[in-house]
Amino acid sequence: MSSLVLQMSCVAGLLGIAVLAIVLSRAKTSTTIIYCATTAVSLVALFGSIRFLVGEAPNASGLVLPVGLPWLGAHFRLDALASFFLVVVNLGGASASLYGLGYGHHDPAPHRVLPFFPAFLAGMNLVVLADDAFSYLLCWEFMSLASWALVMAHHREPDNAKASYVYLVMASFGTLALLLAFGLLAGPTGDYGFAAIRAARHTPYVAALVLILMLLGAGSKAGLVPLHVWLPLAHPAAPSHVSALMSGVMTKVAIYGFIRVTFDLLGQPIWPASVVVLFLGGTTAVMGILYALMEKDLKRLLAYSTIENIGVIFAGLGLALAFQANGQKLAAALAFTAALFHVLNHSFFKSLLFFGAGAVLTATGERDMDKLGGLIHRMPFTSFVVLVGCVAISALPPFNGFVSEWLMFQAVLQSPELPQWALKIMVPAVGALLALAAALAAACFVKAFGVTFLGRPRSTAAEAAHEVDRYSLSAMFILAALCLLAGVLPGLVIDALAPITIDILGGRMPIQADEPWLSIAPIAESRSSYNGLLVMIFITVSASLSVFVIHRFASHALRRGPAWGCGFSDPTPAAQYSAESFAQPIRRVFGTLVFRARDHVDMPAPGDVRPARLRIELHDLVWEGVYLPIVGAVGFSSDRLNRLQFLTIRRYLSLVFATLVTLLLVLAIWS
Amino acid sequence: MVVISDIIVQGVQMLLVLLLAPLLTGFVRKIKARLVRRQGASVFQPYRDLLRLLRKEVVLAENTSWLFRVTPYVTFAAIWVAAALVPTFATGLLFNWTADLIAIVALLGSARFFLALAGMDVGTSFGGIGSSREVMIAALAEPAMLLVFFCIALVAGSTQLSTVANFMASSYVGLRVSLGMAVIALIMVALAENARIPVDNPTTHLELTMVHEAMVLEYSGRHLAMIEFGAFLKLLLYISLIACVFLPWKIALFGTGPLAYAAGAGAYVVKLAAAGFFLALFETATAKMRVFRIPQFLGAALMLGLLGTLLLFVSKSF
Repeated sequence: MSSLVLQMSCVAGLLGIAVLAIVLSRAKTSTTIIYCATTAVSLVALFGSIRFLVGEAPNASGLVLPVGLPWLGAHFRLDALASFFLVVVNLGGASASLYGLGYGHHDPAPHRVLPFFPAFLAGMNLVVLADDAFSYLLCWEFMSLASWALVMAHHREPDNAKASYVYLVMASFGTLALLLAFGLLAGPTGDYGFAAIRAARHTPYVAALVLILMLLGAGSKAGLVPLHVWLPLAHPAAPSHVSALMSGVMTKVAIYGFIRVTFDLLGQPIWPASVVVLFLGGTTAVMGILYALMEKDLKRLLAYSTIENIGVIFAGLGLALAFQANGQKLAAALAFTAALFHVLNHSFFKSLLFFGAGAVLTATGERDMDKLGGLIHRMPFTSFVVLVGCVAISALPPFNGFVSEWLMFQAVLQSPELPQWALKIMVPAVGALLALAAALAAACFVKAFGVTFLGRPRSTAAEAAHEVDRYSLSAMFILAALCLLAGVLPGLVIDALAPITIDILGGRMPIQADEPWLSIAPIAESRSSYNGLLVMIFITVSASLSVFVIHRFASHALRRGPAWGCGFSDPTPAAQYSAESFAQPIRRVFGTLVFRARDHVDMPAPGDVRPARLRIELHDLVWEGVYLPIVGAVGFSSDRLNRLQFLTIRRYLSLVFATLVTLLLVLAIWS
Repeated sequence: MVVISDIIVQGVQMLLVLLLAPLLTGFVRKIKARLVRRQGASVFQPYRDLLRLLRKEVVLAENTSWLFRVTPYVTFAAIWVAAALVPTFATGLLFNWTADLIAIVALLGSARFFLALAGMDVGTSFGGIGSSREVMIAALAEPAMLLVFFCIALVAGSTQLSTVANFMASSYVGLRVSLGMAVIALIMVALAENARIPVDNPTTHLELTMVHEAMVLEYSGRHLAMIEFGAFLKLLLYISLIACVFLPWKIALFGTGPLAYAAGAGAYVVKLAAAGFFLALFETATAKMRVFRIPQFLGAALMLGLLGTLLLFVSKSF
């Protein structure tokens, strides 16, 4: 059976499971049955796509189904790029299903989740496989709607309705942009097959317009600033394993769309495109992580950090565009590999962290970090894997986040040879932004882990927390192991990505398997190399050595005592540093500019018994500056248009007549 | 034979940094004391401090978890590995291709990440205040350091520290505006990262003014010894780094004879002493900054690094 047929049967299987879920609906065992089935199907699809990607020279294969537009049919195609994203989708799907086996039992309304979960997975698979504009858009909408239904799963919780409404509006906007982009690509002949679009030549104006529309369409789904507003609302509103899928996987499907159109369908890129993408990527990375630092809701923090990672990926894609436009194949392959590697890494650790947040939610019923704390004592396994996720996402060696960040910096260092002045100035600035974002990410995850898992419990719920079930834990442990594996054996991943860069860019990085000792060298060993395995071994050996020496020669005495409180031991856990106070120095440094943050202290006069109060004022300038005016304008114009509903028949007729005359006039002047 | 000499050179350097690190700190303290006309403790006092700490019992705060007990070893290991990758008296280390300048920044970042978490683990406000300020400083210092390294890497055409040192030592690099900016920025970052005046005061006894010290306030006994040792090593690492990149005078190149190694080692000790003296002089002459002046200080370092890199991007001659 060819790989494509296998993938399509898996999709059919997922759709079948969705139907089965409707049938089983309220049966007691439905949760177990459905998640078992999705785990199995996702695993089959995962191994199928891995086999295709790393097997003997992946050959693209196509398939036409007699559905969709009658003269076109529905085209599907599997090539190296699609198979890589299938790996991301199905790995996320399999781990989320495994996690769901445990987590799903805590769901108050499983019948609102179960049918849409496999449908959502099927939708994401189909988007990646689609090979004509019509089926692409159809599958894209299917994916959006399925995820929207999942966001609405807990529809009675406050704010969820608003979140899903904003999501729906933004998703429609994104699809509209994609629709226009594909319309332009198909041109006047209206050939919607990707093969025809790829073969056609596009004028620079069309290419520029398509790029902008793709940035709007795919960018709004991926969460590029300023189109990100729905993401921190919708991702946390869904059940945690769905949040993991939306953040870790669905944003990647949007990136797939962007890559497919800008790198593959549009042909040779033009360099000004890369300036736009670099700028958006760099800004998104820093803005996303600053938002995350200001946040005290654990799941919203993770959603904002997704925005940061999307920014990093887009910056990598921007670099790849810049090099590709100037014909520097090797550097383009390096930047593109870095971006794809980060796609994979982010899907690992973001799923892991959302699972961890879900575990915390199950154990305590809290998402507010200021009501958590001390969970490391009560949830030892969860806190260990979440710690691994936090280290990985903070780009610290020897984990995987560092490798993609390192490759990204190596790509930045390749760019002084670029001929354009705009790029010469842009690239180091983006390098600085990426460095800043990485450092801020470390700060953010010290905060997230420190406030949630360390210290003393800040509420009775956190005090009474307990470890979660085995299925959830095993899903998290598998992802944590993958984080480490991809970090210590990056050469394997880079080599597996080579067919994609050959396919899309026509160049590849040097074969990493040839490097001694499993190290990686993007250009040449004398320029730069990194060996995650040895770094891990060195750290382990030197740590064990110091432990051995200390325990051999130093005193073993150990006593527990109260913490030093400077003469005033604080009795209440509320006196600990909270999420907001932890971020205070960074809020003062960056927030006064970015969020117009102000601290208002209300200090009562001596003798007054009223408590002192500190109020923090933060403004989301994107929401207030872009979205609220639009909302206001829409409200205003709909109020005005509303009057048209109450006209007399005479006025309606004159309105129709006036419209007709105007249109005829326009037509007369036009031609 | 070559491999054996490689291993010896690498091993000697790793041990040398361990042995010299407390001495350097002791030397800086001695000079500082002499500059304010105090007698000061012996330069060997840090060794005695470490031994004394090792013999003492550990008092753990009630709420601390396993993370708190693991952190001293993890941070020490990360800093030691980073220090072992920096050429001290000879380039061409055996494992120099394991990790480059960017990885060294990240290794130091790992050490700080765990220390900041340990500060949060205690569950008091002092640990929190230390951690939150430390990550604020790091959030500015780390990108500044990366930009300095971008600048160096663009000049030398490599991020590999041994290659960089070879390049700086062997060929005629000349005076470059970019490198001047980079060295100033790197010194500023080094002051901040090592919790020295004017960013932080390593000898303060007032909890509210502490940054680094507040974070490790609850550590005692052997754990504190590891953390102190890590801090000594880090100071040595930064000085070695600045010396090997910007002042590669007499550094033994790869494959030269034992005589060159001896000369390199002598020159290295001289460089350390000079750097320690200037550090003490600078610390005696300046006052500590307010916490919220630090961002301006480090922002200047960041901008210098960016400017240096930008100059290299737009022109080949700077």
